[in-house]
Amino acid sequence: MSGDSIWIIGASMTKFARYEDQDAVDLASRASLEAMADADVSIHDMDVLAAGTLFQASTSMGQRIQKQIGQTGVPVYNVSNACATGATAIRTVYLSIKAGEAEMGIAIGVEQMGKMGLLSGATKAERNVYEPSGRYGAVMGVDGFLGTETMPGVFAQAGMQYAYENDGVGFEQFARVAYKNHKHSTLNPLAQYQKEFSMEEVMGAAVQSYPNTLLMCCPTGDGAAAVVLVSEEKLRSLPTETQKRAVKISASVLTSDPYVESGQVQPDVNTLTRNAASQAYEISGVGPEDLDLVELHDCFATAELIHYDNLGLCEPGGAGDFIDSGKPFRDGSMPVNVSGGLISKGHPIGATGVANVFEVATHLRGEAGDRQIEGAKVGLAHVIGLGSSCGIHILEKAS
Amino acid sequence: MSDQVPIVDYLVLGGSPYLEANECSNCSARFFDRRNACASCGGVDFDRKRISNEAVLTSFSVVHRAAPSVPVPFVSAIVKTGDGTSVRSNVVGLEDPMDAELGMELILTTYSCGTDDDGKECIAFGYEPV
Repeated sequence: MSGDSIWIIGASMTKFARYEDQDAVDLASRASLEAMADADVSIHDMDVLAAGTLFQASTSMGQRIQKQIGQTGVPVYNVSNACATGATAIRTVYLSIKAGEAEMGIAIGVEQMGKMGLLSGATKAERNVYEPSGRYGAVMGVDGFLGTETMPGVFAQAGMQYAYENDGVGFEQFARVAYKNHKHSTLNPLAQYQKEFSMEEVMGAAVQSYPNTLLMCCPTGDGAAAVVLVSEEKLRSLPTETQKRAVKISASVLTSDPYVESGQVQPDVNTLTRNAASQAYEISGVGPEDLDLVELHDCFATAELIHYDNLGLCEPGGAGDFIDSGKPFRDGSMPVNVSGGLISKGHPIGATGVANVFEVATHLRGEAGDRQIEGAKVGLAHVIGLGSSCGIHILEKAS
Repeated sequence: MSDQVPIVDYLVLGGSPYLEANECSNCSARFFDRRNACASCGGVDFDRKRISNEAVLTSFSVVHRAAPSVPVPFVSAIVKTGDGTSVRSNVVGLEDPMDAELGMELILTTYSCGTDDDGKECIAFGYEPV
């Protein structure tokens, strides 16, 4: 333990679910208090607080949390970055510590979505008079006329583009991703759903946007997660037990989508993930072959498959063979989404990027219970939000 | 034709409808929306560029679930035109949506998608099999 690394000393997440008797502040406060208790520190030790939420981004979420758990007057950053919101909150605290402005801070992600359904694609009210408006001079909502704007469809197209460019990828490979993640979730008491489905059930479920059936789409839901970060210098002053359980952040990377020709009609979720991965591997000195587990952004089964390739987990073009080989199953050589992933663990958007860091950190600490990947020393957490933004954190067990 | 209006302003109607993009004068990147500058090179000068009507289906999704006002199922498509421009639209003219196949050759077509209270007809574009 030497140098100027940033470390995680506390982590927590609520079970992802639909909470009718608690609001987002309740969930975020609970995750925060538990993460600080896990680190044996208090709100008075926090020099900075970052709170991520997408749908309540304009509500001063961080300050509302403070008003429940401690108004200490420290800087609060309220962040919003689509599905990368949680990762951005972590990175905000990370940067504050890196900059020397803070020794310890807490990053919180939270969302309360309930049964929100499709997240986009609702057309604007039908006009009685067709007049061009907006950047494309549209006279009416174009969803359904000029392709789809819904998330299941957009990510279906991302997967089908990969199928067009590579062999061995089709409906069955996409379905197998969902089969795997539902199966994994049965071991995770924090998952929104913990039910195994057969391949036949996954493939036979109601088609949302082919090839994504209902069981290949993440649910909406509620939940929160929090992590406590410290500087290395500060960590050395903390109890030995805290140091033993600390998890090193070997890389913290955030990218946006660079220009590509097709980007104006189909969001490019690949290039920014590839860029983030290559930066993270270079910064950390860790390669994909060193990873003991990966939590990646499987908002839809079609998304997980292409990220095998984007993150370098499989041979270029080989994502279909990769899932067929069983490697990303929890008993395979490269376990992916052993939490159940977004597909089954759930995807309360602002919480997701913190929850996947919680998941990896918990395995590295050897505290993941029934779903523990034995001997895990290195892991990667990935999120991507359309718009687009990609966050990757590589974590390593304290040696 | 004054009683017809294109669904978006980059669809040019007339005897032989086509799409028209803003093409960066510096790097030739093409955009269908109103531009402030080029997302690829930062250039600020653009020319109007007629886009080829021929296309290949590079990705699609058969959408069965959408907002209540959107008729389903439909085939959402990403196509690459003969001059290398990506376009998002629907594949139309298929007997069964599942007849869509990656790599199939398509051609731009137009169809009526509604009439407003003044009797003005909205014209949308899609791609149909050659």
